[in-house]
Amino acid sequence: MDHDNYDDGYIRGILNTVKTIAMVGVSANTSRPSYFAFKYLLERGYRMIPVNPVIVGQELLGRKVYAKLTDVPEPIDMVDIFRAPRYAVEIVEEALALTPRPQVIWMQLGIRNDEAAKFAEANGLKVVMNRCPKIEYGRLSSEIAWMGVNTRTLSAKKAQLFGRGIQRMALNRVTLAGGATDAAVRAEKPGR
Amino acid sequence: MTDRIPGFATLAIHAGAQPDPTTGARATPIYQTTSFVFEDVDHAASLFGLQTFGNIYTRIGNPTNAVLEERVAALEGGTAGLAVASGHAAQIVVMHCLMRPGDELVAAKKLYGGSINQFNHAFKNFGWNVVWAEPDDIGTFERAVSPKTKAIFIESIANPGGVITDIEAVGRIAKSAGVPLIVDNTLATPYLCKPIDYGADVVVHSLTKFLGGHGNSIGGLIVDGGTFNWSREKRYPMLCEPRPEYHGIVLHETFGNFAFAIACRVLALRDLGPALSPFNAFLILTGIETLPLRMQRHCDNALAVAQWLVDRREVAWVSYPGLAGDRYHNLAKKYVPQGAGSVFTFGLKGGYDAGVKLVSNVKLFSHLANIGDTRSLIIHPASTTHRQLTDAQKIQAGAGPDVVRLSIGLEDKEDIIADLEQGLAA
Ligand SMILES: Cc1ncc(COP(=O)(O)O)c(C=O)c1O
Repeated sequence: MDHDNYDDGYIRGILNTVKTIAMVGVSANTSRPSYFAFKYLLERGYRMIPVNPVIVGQELLGRKVYAKLTDVPEPIDMVDIFRAPRYAVEIVEEALALTPRPQVIWMQLGIRNDEAAKFAEANGLKVVMNRCPKIEYGRLSSEIAWMGVNTRTLSAKKAQLFGRGIQRMALNRVTLAGGATDAAVRAEKPGR
Repeated sequence: MTDRIPGFATLAIHAGAQPDPTTGARATPIYQTTSFVFEDVDHAASLFGLQTFGNIYTRIGNPTNAVLEERVAALEGGTAGLAVASGHAAQIVVMHCLMRPGDELVAAKKLYGGSINQFNHAFKNFGWNVVWAEPDDIGTFERAVSPKTKAIFIESIANPGGVITDIEAVGRIAKSAGVPLIVDNTLATPYLCKPIDYGADVVVHSLTKFLGGHGNSIGGLIVDGGTFNWSREKRYPMLCEPRPEYHGIVLHETFGNFAFAIACRVLALRDLGPALSPFNAFLILTGIETLPLRMQRHCDNALAVAQWLVDRREVAWVSYPGLAGDRYHNLAKKYVPQGAGSVFTFGLKGGYDAGVKLVSNVKLFSHLANIGDTRSLIIHPASTTHRQLTDAQKIQAGAGPDVVRLSIGLEDKEDIIADLEQGLAA
């Protein structure tokens, strides 16, 4: 897997398949990016499970918070890591200890740990690094285009509405990749 | 399999647009509405808090304008765009997000005259100080940078003189100074040059010119290159500090490589107010669909006219970088290999009076103060736009008494040349 460039089909496949997402390191502070992503994905129909020992026992947007992945009493499809890269290996280890195993390890925008990724992939899991599932959902559904963002998708097919809501779009949109943002990708390489 | 990246002409037609999800309308609808209903109070709260994507009020965003924003961002290879009411509005919105009173902006001396005015007078009133550098002597940019510098501003092709700036060289200076390079790409358009590829961090446009292309709408656009690390520099509080306007959100950590475009929208456009009309966005979008065809024809016509002028006995000099002997010809080959645009100046041996005579004698050229129209345009700056300056100031601004500026349109080049011929002879 080329972790510098993911095909849209790979990302769409993941976001279209997973239903339960455990977000490790989610914050209860309503101005933090993790809270934004948690709330957004919940509103887009994912079963969200907050994992954070600091706020264990509380509820986040009506969802019970767990201290660690192994405490979660239901199957998890995807683990979304909102922790510094150095914690990624142990979080993958925890994920692999679950039965059934999650299918996907996702590391947030700005978070990349190639060792953790190799480890997860060697055990048959899919991995995404340095991306935000909220932004990717917004991009592939075209919702984020309302903010002037270059979705890097093109389509001559009608976009699909999500549910009954206003200004909510579904992921099952037919697209081809639409243009590159090479300079931005270069600028984001870790260690620059 | 890796995703296929479409070519420029495909992006010019499709980027940002898709059939309307409820009606199937194929052309981009004109969402001529001030506001958008909320589903419930929760939805409203999420929108106002920037927690979800969507439309609230057309001063902040509009679906027609959004198509234009994504279209131009895609053509420039940027991460996001923001449409505003004019090219000048784009410049003030960008600077509002970067500058505090007492800060400095380093800018090329050779810029559109209106931008020189904006920087010298309007910006001074905000306490933003401009330090001028000479694009023909790159070292002057390096020497102009100080600890107070927050940005460097240049034009890719400068209006009106056909000056090509060495974007890559200025980009290196910006990088080592730790400040963003802002490039006004109005005269080149992304068809001829993509400044982000050469180190620009932000691109601004007057859509009024070639992008709209038909002389019918004023508009401006900001493209975020996604290349600048706002958090590392820690000098841009709009991007890297908690914003009191938004309950303490830090825009760069929340929006990553399109945070600058978001800052321009929610901290500058929202509060300063220069929103683009959706109707103008629609007209400009229609123009952009044919940008590659038009721009090539503009360049081909301009080169033919410039070559013809060189041989005229009434003409003292022609400043067009597409000409083999021009001082900017090598830079043109690097930055605008498909053509050097269609705006250039030339000098009349007969001086001021000959200039006044030519603009009144032409019959196909329109005598007006714009550029980048389907129609060919002419102006004699010394008797019009630069009239209030002293002779010395006029010459310094590239608007000496003998100077005529042309913006070559899309008519048959034979007709354009015939009109100049009769105008010079009459
Ligand atoms: C290079 C350049 N930048 C900016 C502007 C300002 O644009 P607007 O007139 O859309 O405000 C112009 C207009 O002539 C221009 O030529």
